[in-house]
Amino acid sequence: MQEFSSSFGLAFNLLISFDADLLEIIGLSLRVSLIAVVIAAIIGFPLGASIAVMRFPGRQVVDILLNALMGLPPVVVGLLVYMMISRAGPLGWLNILYSPTAMIIAQIILIVPIVAALTRQLIEDLHREYDEQFRSLCLPMSRVIPALIWDARYSLLTVVLAGFGRAIAEVGAVIIVGGNINHLTRMMTTSIALETSKGNLALALALGLVLLLLSLSINAAVYALRASAKHLAYA
Amino acid sequence: MLKHTFLMIFLLLMTDSGIAGKSLILQSTTSTANSGLYDYLLPLFEKDTRVKVNVVAVGTGQAIKNAQNCDGDVLLVHAKAAEEKFIAEGYGVERFDVMYNDFIFVGPPGDPANIRNLRQAVGGLKKIAESESIFLSRGDNSGTHKKELSLWKYAGLDPVVASGTWYRETGSGMGATLNVAVEMNAYAMTDRGTWISFGNRQDFEILLSGDKDLFNQYGVMMVNPERCDKMNMQSAKTFIDWILSDKGQGLIANYQLQGQQLFFPNAK
Amino acid sequence: MQQSMRCEPAPNILLMPETNQNSQLPLKVSELCFSVAQKQLVSDFNLELNTQGLTAIMGPNGAGKSLLLRLLHGLLQADSGGIEWNRQSLDIKTRQAQAMVFQKPVLLRRSVAANIDFVLQHCQTTSRKSRREILEEAGLYEQHEQPARLLSGGEQQRLALARALATAPKILFLDEPTASIDPSTTRQIEHWLERIRESGVKLIMVTHDIGQARRLASDVVFMHRGRLLEHTNAKVFFDTPKSSQAQAYLSGELVV
Repeated sequence: MQEFSSSFGLAFNLLISFDADLLEIIGLSLRVSLIAVVIAAIIGFPLGASIAVMRFPGRQVVDILLNALMGLPPVVVGLLVYMMISRAGPLGWLNILYSPTAMIIAQIILIVPIVAALTRQLIEDLHREYDEQFRSLCLPMSRVIPALIWDARYSLLTVVLAGFGRAIAEVGAVIIVGGNINHLTRMMTTSIALETSKGNLALALALGLVLLLLSLSINAAVYALRASAKHLAYA
Repeated sequence: MLKHTFLMIFLLLMTDSGIAGKSLILQSTTSTANSGLYDYLLPLFEKDTRVKVNVVAVGTGQAIKNAQNCDGDVLLVHAKAAEEKFIAEGYGVERFDVMYNDFIFVGPPGDPANIRNLRQAVGGLKKIAESESIFLSRGDNSGTHKKELSLWKYAGLDPVVASGTWYRETGSGMGATLNVAVEMNAYAMTDRGTWISFGNRQDFEILLSGDKDLFNQYGVMMVNPERCDKMNMQSAKTFIDWILSDKGQGLIANYQLQGQQLFFPNAK
Repeated sequence: MQQSMRCEPAPNILLMPETNQNSQLPLKVSELCFSVAQKQLVSDFNLELNTQGLTAIMGPNGAGKSLLLRLLHGLLQADSGGIEWNRQSLDIKTRQAQAMVFQKPVLLRRSVAANIDFVLQHCQTTSRKSRREILEEAGLYEQHEQPARLLSGGEQQRLALARALATAPKILFLDEPTASIDPSTTRQIEHWLERIRESGVKLIMVTHDIGQARRLASDVVFMHRGRLLEHTNAKVFFDTPKSSQAQAYLSGELVV
């Protein structure tokens, strides 16, 4: 297949030419996935930490539910969100179908379970270390949970990264609720799907390489941040 | 400090560019979008009318379904029977012919079912069925799929009983189906526009075309504003008037890819 | 839900008369039992404590000293028996007047200053002691911007002690606070403990260091296999231990 070799060349050309369309698509992908992951963290961190720290009835049910939701197919999430926000759906009045907002919502639903489940794991370990000290200080849960989240902040970066990875690589949900509209909701992954369906395999793969590069640099940045935090014994 | 940095980035990301001015959602088929027709037409339309068109390109079946849910203002698809049903059930206002092209049969140059010199689509299908040559169907209730099924019916054959053997339904878009067909050395039916703009043809050829049964009519219609009160009726009317106008029709005729005309305007 | 802790103004070390009665005493422990997986770790434990100064809890490994400390502090729930601090059961109010320093200091993954702030925020502080005063007392003010976990072992323990004191406790539990610290830092901490003792805070300390107990303790609780064997004045305990186990322990023999 000559597609492979031409993809690398194409990817390189796309990048150095600062193609306006490509930059727009990358920008939208980053914007949607970053907002989704920030909101998912705001929901998922306290949720995961609460399950790790608190003992309440139904805790196991929530736990099992979260783990099951982690495997939720994006298409199903996309369909659910579509049915909710379609003009014929219960939230149709919001008028957000085929918008970046719709894609953000779908991605949040996809990644909150991941963020919460991984947070739970991390916080449980940290809590084991801090538990006696915190109980000695008679701290209420409203202080314990934020303190644990803050002290796990650098470890939680990897959780955010896992969520971000799923969000930015996801196509099934965003193509349904976003509609892959040019200059409005076209992202990296939906472009790749589109170019594949047009038979432009080399271009599709080149876009994939750009996505990989993007993902690599974000991972490297987080890795560096964690390394410096380790140096300060904060991680 | 870290917190502030995050906050700044977040605020920057939140600022939505938004859609300024009038816009409409066009529910359409992948064939028209992938051929590049809209990339050619819509900037000219937007320049003329200052109305922004957002194209959602899906299979005809899904496009009609979305329009039934009021998730769109204008429908431009190619499945006349389904479109007329859409109007009759009150989902749309009035249907207009816009343009046509034709369906073609593509396949490997070896042509195992030997359909190359046939004039009639029905004959081709019979030969494919007889020789049990692999045939790739969209299987997704799209306009192309509906057309294909009607041809099988016309030929007095039911390929679905052979589903999974020589008759294979991808359940995907035209491009995805063509990608699979090329890999499997199989026959497929596609619209000419998609085929000409398709980038992964490899050594595949058009083996059968020109039958009047392979006529592919595109229709345009507005979603019923009485059912969908939030729709952009004014923009939708502007778009339909424009595409049916002499100017719009002329531009459709002008659009060429690789030296070939893809769509033929036929508004009355 | 927020139960903020009321921090008393920190007692002034120099002016505090030695006879000042600690509002949390006496401690009365009766028939205390604690077991894990059917294994009786503390049994029929009775103790009355009304002494000022530092009470040393001693005994061979596995005697249940650390468990006793955690039971008294309310970190563990006894199977049966009672613990009363000044005729009050071990409720949240009682517990808030207590603090504990662990053998291995549990420091937050933050700066030295933030470790103190964390506790000061929790006590809606009426305490006049500022973070700076607390850190100066611990000899750590110079390092207040440093990550707490990069301090040396001795410094970490001093920070843990400073943080415990920031809650202005009436009772301070110490679980082998100098077990893994070099001799000179141990001396520093001991001097500090003396000053804390003189300020009227009741100290209850588990220690294996007989010399340390001799230097600091006013009375000694000697435990063996989860039971109380002796509770006497420190001088009496070290000069004339009654039980054979205590005699063996003090003479440096292995006590099983």
